[in-house]
Amino acid sequence: MSEHLTGKPVEVAVAPLTEPAAPMVPGVPAAASAVITPAGLGPVLLVPRRRREFLYYAGHNRKLIFGLSLEMLFVLGAIFGPLLSPHDPYAFFGSYLRPSAQHWLGTDNLGHDLFAQLVWGLRDSYLVGALGALCASLVGMALGFTAGWRGGWVDEVLQMLTNIIVMIPALVLLIVIGAYLKTRGVLFEGIFIGLTTWPWVARAVRAQTFTLRSREFVDLARLSGQRAWRIVIRDIGPNMASYLFLAVVLLFGSSMLLAASYDFLGLGPTNGVSLGTMMNGANIYSALQLHQWWWFVAPGAVLTGMVAALLIANVGLDEVFNPKLREQ
Amino acid sequence: MSLLQIEQVSKLYPAGGLGSGMTPALRSVSFDIAAGEVVTLIGESGSGKTTLGRVVLRLTRASSGRVIFDGRDVSLLGRPQLREYYRHAQGVFQDPFSSYNPVYKADRVFELLRGVYFGGMPRSEWDAKIESALHGVSLNPSDVLDKYPHQLSGGQLQRLLIARALLLDVKLLIADEIISMLDASTRVDVLNLLVSLKRSGLAILFITHDLSLGNYISDRTVILRRGAIVEAGPTVAVFTRPQHSYTRMLLDSVPQLHSKWRPASRAAAADGNDPARVADVLATPGAARPVRRLAMPALAIPSRRGPALAPSASAPALVEHEPGHFVAEEA
Amino acid sequence: MSVKVENLRIAYRTLAGDVGAVDDVTFAITDGEIMGLAGESGCGKSTLGNSLVFLDGRMKQLGGRVELDGTELPIADTRAMRPRRMKDISLIPQYAMSALNPTRKISKIVADLLRCHGVRYGQVLAELERRIALVGLDDDVLDRYSFELSGGMRQRVTLVLSTLLDPSLLIADEITSALDVSTQRAVGEMMMEFRARAFVKSMIVITHDLAILGQIADSILVMYAGRLAEKADADTIINSPLHPYTQMLLASLPEVGVRYEDAVLTGIPGRPPQLSNPPRGCRFRDRCPFAFDRCAEPPPFEEVRPGHHVACWKVAEQEAAA
Repeated sequence: MSEHLTGKPVEVAVAPLTEPAAPMVPGVPAAASAVITPAGLGPVLLVPRRRREFLYYAGHNRKLIFGLSLEMLFVLGAIFGPLLSPHDPYAFFGSYLRPSAQHWLGTDNLGHDLFAQLVWGLRDSYLVGALGALCASLVGMALGFTAGWRGGWVDEVLQMLTNIIVMIPALVLLIVIGAYLKTRGVLFEGIFIGLTTWPWVARAVRAQTFTLRSREFVDLARLSGQRAWRIVIRDIGPNMASYLFLAVVLLFGSSMLLAASYDFLGLGPTNGVSLGTMMNGANIYSALQLHQWWWFVAPGAVLTGMVAALLIANVGLDEVFNPKLREQ
Repeated sequence: MSLLQIEQVSKLYPAGGLGSGMTPALRSVSFDIAAGEVVTLIGESGSGKTTLGRVVLRLTRASSGRVIFDGRDVSLLGRPQLREYYRHAQGVFQDPFSSYNPVYKADRVFELLRGVYFGGMPRSEWDAKIESALHGVSLNPSDVLDKYPHQLSGGQLQRLLIARALLLDVKLLIADEIISMLDASTRVDVLNLLVSLKRSGLAILFITHDLSLGNYISDRTVILRRGAIVEAGPTVAVFTRPQHSYTRMLLDSVPQLHSKWRPASRAAAADGNDPARVADVLATPGAARPVRRLAMPALAIPSRRGPALAPSASAPALVEHEPGHFVAEEA
Repeated sequence: MSVKVENLRIAYRTLAGDVGAVDDVTFAITDGEIMGLAGESGCGKSTLGNSLVFLDGRMKQLGGRVELDGTELPIADTRAMRPRRMKDISLIPQYAMSALNPTRKISKIVADLLRCHGVRYGQVLAELERRIALVGLDDDVLDRYSFELSGGMRQRVTLVLSTLLDPSLLIADEITSALDVSTQRAVGEMMMEFRARAFVKSMIVITHDLAILGQIADSILVMYAGRLAEKADADTIINSPLHPYTQMLLASLPEVGVRYEDAVLTGIPGRPPQLSNPPRGCRFRDRCPFAFDRCAEPPPFEEVRPGHHVACWKVAEQEAAA
């Protein structure tokens, strides 16, 4: 007998395999028991485990509540403002009228009511913001998922593409396109912004996909004969859901800002009013020199408020999703 | 004929700056598994054992060599044939909590199979099939169905994965470190389950670093070191008559309940230090002497900057020491 | 007595209230003793070990007292504990080897730690190098980054770091679990060596692996569901355990030399109780083959034989009759 054996037989009776139901104590909510993390449990993911816990934290997060409420104000303004505004933004009144009971923000150089422009412009900004965000998210996610999942040369090619898009100066491109397109609408602007801002989404999605792809549940899905696109959408996607949501919110804000800056430079939609066109008008027609500061302060403040509220809500949402960021 | 034949499988990974060099994860590994046999693949970290399991399951592609299952080369299978292959060969992995997508309930792992493999089956028949698979792994259906993974224990999750494999009626199960994250009191139950499955004809490739587990359940043992086989043979032969110094070192290092580590055995490490001097140094208490390279088995472990392996996939030749018991030549 | 813990109770704060993780734990460790703290996941051993050093935001002390080298250890007061951490009491947390900052060289990490205690790096450099050599590493480890080292090397570096200031008590939380079997042995022997050379006075080794404890520990303390089950010296626990849980646990451990054909091992059916609403009485009752009606009362952790403490009514009954 080699010295490697213990030499001591273990005397145990042969017992049938049973795992009787452990005495689970009734009435204990799963939420309580699962918060303790004994050694051996997997890592905590960003996706909140139970709706109740998520809603609790969401309801108690000050940043989220503040940001959302402020944003709601503006959204309501965009929806109901044009209905409440007594004037049409294209109707002519006297030029350069000061604010009064009939014209809350006065009129511009051509006699258009500024308040009407403001509330109609809100709609425009939201529309472009949504279009831009949607377009950028779709393109970015599609390319990001593909690059992350396939890897290899597909990834190399897509990365090259991403880098090229990043390098192209969007403003210059817009100027060039503007020279050829006589009329441009909100749709064009939204899509243009979408197609020039997707790279950072794509990069982030690609990185996350790489990480999630090596997880064992993805292996298991492959061993179940699942097709690649199904695995990406049904298995990988939901685990990034919180990140994707935050990305879309950020894109929304940045699209609005970008649209306003393009409009300000006169590169926006050829017809129509928006916050940016208002500020453009105020700049060109010397609102500052004429002491009509409300002409540009109003849209500027509203734009700042809209985007800031969104960003604050975003930070709050990040804290809700990620337990490690919460202040205890 | 064997159910699974692994022939000269090698796997090289690009390594070094800008992928200039190649690191061999597997070097010309060959062995067979017959139906109803449990083969334990023992290796430490960096031995390539997980890579081999993945290559067999086609989750990773081998750089060279063949994996023959039931007479067909696994690496040549197209997608529909691969799906058929997974009907016969499945895997269970180390981390039970990582094997389940936390966003969904645990029994989704069964649902994933349903569309692909059991297309036309009516719901009631499907439910009955699941129930019988769960009973086959000694799980109570009402305990585990309709629950999220974090509501179940590691042991239950691993058994669910084994039940999933049983649903498909597999012939080969790759069990990659499935015990290591389980509690001591449930480990044995899963091990006993594997043995009972083996008795009904299932072949198992049991991958582990824990020699006592391998000793308990396997018929044959293969010992892997840095991607190459150092010793292979019937379990009793390898454990009672280890021929390679690495095997002996492993067996010496395993903490036993009923015998202490033997101090003299440390000199067995392929390090070349004088055993007498080692014992001498350790026996002197008090003031620390500047000691270089204490001959602990630890130094036999490949460090990141250890002796670089030639970037080739060649492995030391195997010599048959006794019928069925192969040992690699030592340099 | 080096360490004395009396009636310690630690709970976790959760949305649903406080959940007791360590319930009324009392034990003592002498100078030079290596005590193993054994149990399965969720039994509270990690909580117990960590609470002695750092009570993080989720934990709170509900009662009890800890004494180190004769003076009280104010574990609930994080600020007051700061000067004592690493100097008097040190911890190697679970996954410590993954917790070394990958952007800093090892020497910089050491220097940072020492600065917190008012010790200059240059003062201890000679001793540091001696200890690095003792654990079998090259000098240049200090100039490397953590990702350049293998798992075993990082664990050894962590061992040296945590004991650099010669603490009275070292708590090692699952430091051998993620290691290969040969590195495990090396680390285990190193810990005994450190104790032999008085770098550390006493140690608490937290692990689920009773076999390793049998090799390196002097005494073993077995925990179950937040309470103490049994304490005795290592040989007694391994060869003649009294508590049913310990007995069943040992009987379920596979060993080299034992094959399925020779002897079928059995596990312990059932699962540990949920600590959010623990059962009254003995917590092992539902899984215990020896349970009887007295077990509805929680058994006291008492000394039934010299140096052997058990919390079990059956055992107490049998020992009283003997």
